[in-house]
Amino acid sequence: MELETSPTTDRLPFTLGGVSDGLRACMPIALGVGVYGILFGLLARQKGLSLGAALSMSGGVFAGASQLIAMDLWGPDLPVVSLILTTFIVNLRHVLMGASLSPWLTRLSPGQAYGSLFFMTDESWAVTLGRYSTDKRRNTASDGAFLLGAGLAVYFSWNLSTALGHTLVRGLDDPGRYGLDFAFTAVFTALLVGLKPRRQDILPLIAATAAALFCRSLLPGKWYILAGAFAGGLAAALLPAKDSRP
Amino acid sequence: MTNLAPAPLLDTVLAIGGMALATYSSRAAGLAIMSRITVTGRLERFMKAIPGAILASIVAPSALAAGPADALATGITALVAWRVGNVPVAMLAGVGSALGLRALLG
Repeated sequence: MELETSPTTDRLPFTLGGVSDGLRACMPIALGVGVYGILFGLLARQKGLSLGAALSMSGGVFAGASQLIAMDLWGPDLPVVSLILTTFIVNLRHVLMGASLSPWLTRLSPGQAYGSLFFMTDESWAVTLGRYSTDKRRNTASDGAFLLGAGLAVYFSWNLSTALGHTLVRGLDDPGRYGLDFAFTAVFTALLVGLKPRRQDILPLIAATAAALFCRSLLPGKWYILAGAFAGGLAAALLPAKDSRP
Repeated sequence: MTNLAPAPLLDTVLAIGGMALATYSSRAAGLAIMSRITVTGRLERFMKAIPGAILASIVAPSALAAGPADALATGITALVAWRVGNVPVAMLAGVGSALGLRALLG
């Protein structure tokens, strides 16, 4: 888990090949996301959203957890302010995800970087970070467009499945019946292993896990991810610096 | 299930537009902050630990607090990921073992 955090000035390539690499790498998990897109489309129809409204939400907001929570709050009397606030809070974890990709994103043009970030989800962030840290370990060049490609895979799947759920699907089985809910756990576990944690990473990881479990039992939504991230970061910051490799 | 009466159009537009803005600002803020500050020392160690900490936090509840079947399946996934080093293969192994172990262990 060696991530460069000091800004570098040399530009990263941003190629179509990078986009298609990202698309392909993120495709399996994007299909898993589609199951939840169908669920969202279905709920949106039941809550009285037109297909156009459901698709503008999936296309413009593009955040699974917030959209599903929004459907919980949706009704004839729309709590507009709490919807927006809830969405912001649920997505605060993206601030840290974007920050962790900044060593690569600062080496793109602002348009490339901030455009790609529009498509960043938990899944495409994790796949991209995994790819970039592998590139770094193997000393191979990274393509700055990988994040965009990974994000687009999720974007297509999310919007297509929203339309499908809204128009065609009349009922949905519990995804857990087919083990599909576990696809996310599996992918994130594999990506964590792929970061190749070292000895000094173990305590921060334990702190993150403990804080996430504790917070999950107390608070709804995605607070546990933010809590775990902070606990892990703090543990690493407070531990004595183990090595001073460049 | 019966469909509800639709929300007023203006409210719908405001809600979706506001949610879109809230989401995008969270996605852009990390880079906006990091490109304006220099990260050294403790803050650098904090930031370096974030990716692993986020992944561990996402996984923790479904891996460790959802029963023995899912905990074992997470272990199998980690082992496959470590030996094979391929995410889709690990995902298939994980989903397959979760299905099997849930049927076995309930």
